[in-house]
Amino acid sequence: MTVDGSWYLILAALLFTVGAIGLLIRRNVLVMFMCVELMLNAVNLTLVTFARMLDDIGGQVAVFFVLVVAAAEVVVGLGIIVSIFRRRVGATADDLHILKG
Amino acid sequence: MIAVLAAATKVDLAVFAVSAVIVMAGAFGVVFSRNPVHSALMLVMTLFGVAVLFVAQEAHFLAVVQVIVYAGAIVVLFLFVIMLLGVDQEENVAAERLRGQRPAAMALGGLMFFLVLLLAQATNWATGTPSARGAASGPGENVEKLGRSIFTTFLLPFEVTAVLLVIAVVGAVVLVRRSPSLPEEGDAEDEAAPEPRGQRRDEEVPA
Repeated sequence: MTVDGSWYLILAALLFTVGAIGLLIRRNVLVMFMCVELMLNAVNLTLVTFARMLDDIGGQVAVFFVLVVAAAEVVVGLGIIVSIFRRRVGATADDLHILKG
Repeated sequence: MIAVLAAATKVDLAVFAVSAVIVMAGAFGVVFSRNPVHSALMLVMTLFGVAVLFVAQEAHFLAVVQVIVYAGAIVVLFLFVIMLLGVDQEENVAAERLRGQRPAAMALGGLMFFLVLLLAQATNWATGTPSARGAASGPGENVEKLGRSIFTTFLLPFEVTAVLLVIAVVGAVVLVRRSPSLPEEGDAEDEAAPEPRGQRRDEEVPA
């Protein structure tokens, strides 16, 4: 009836990979944060797929909790980014070099 | 009956293919856009695609929450911060600070992809143990089953998330609040930084 779960898992793995690569190659802190969101969504897709494949509502409950934690994480993370970059110019990770010897 | 099933399969396949293309296009857009605002809008595209895939797998409640919380709240928060910081100018994506870092990142990412696929394929992870939390299919609505599970089996984690949200709100307020007693510092060690964009540089006393 529906598409085989393996295709969803492959798509989720691909999405996770793109998010990880983006996290590594981008230097804008906000875009890096968005890449983290991409990776979280890939994992959510995996959990929903397994919930369907194994016929277990627990996977969907896990996605629910991931959503809540992601919302909290975004709020705190953006607060940290705002408080760092309010007093510095530039918003790339390369501008944070106070600890450089 | 057979024809109806075959038609359903074709429709499902089409839904999956189209949303997969949308999801991946949005993901590549997030990574390769020069402008952070474009990245945020591409992120919305990916999130909508994932929501469609949730619907296709009968996770209706999660699809709605995905659109409301992620596409509605989180991306708007991102856009607010982009506008607040004034960092919506384009970044030179091609410039490479560390030599060889980008190819290394691509290679590592590809390696990780194949390792994940290998790991998923190597072992059968499903043990066949019946679920202790209830079935996802069967009679009843998705919301009903999800709610029953959250408010019985997962009641304590659910209440802990409430505490977590309160902590996040308080933490965000504490982090972003400007304390009036502290002087504005942090400009002194910025001499090596690139050309300033902010307006605070105007009142800076040259050392």
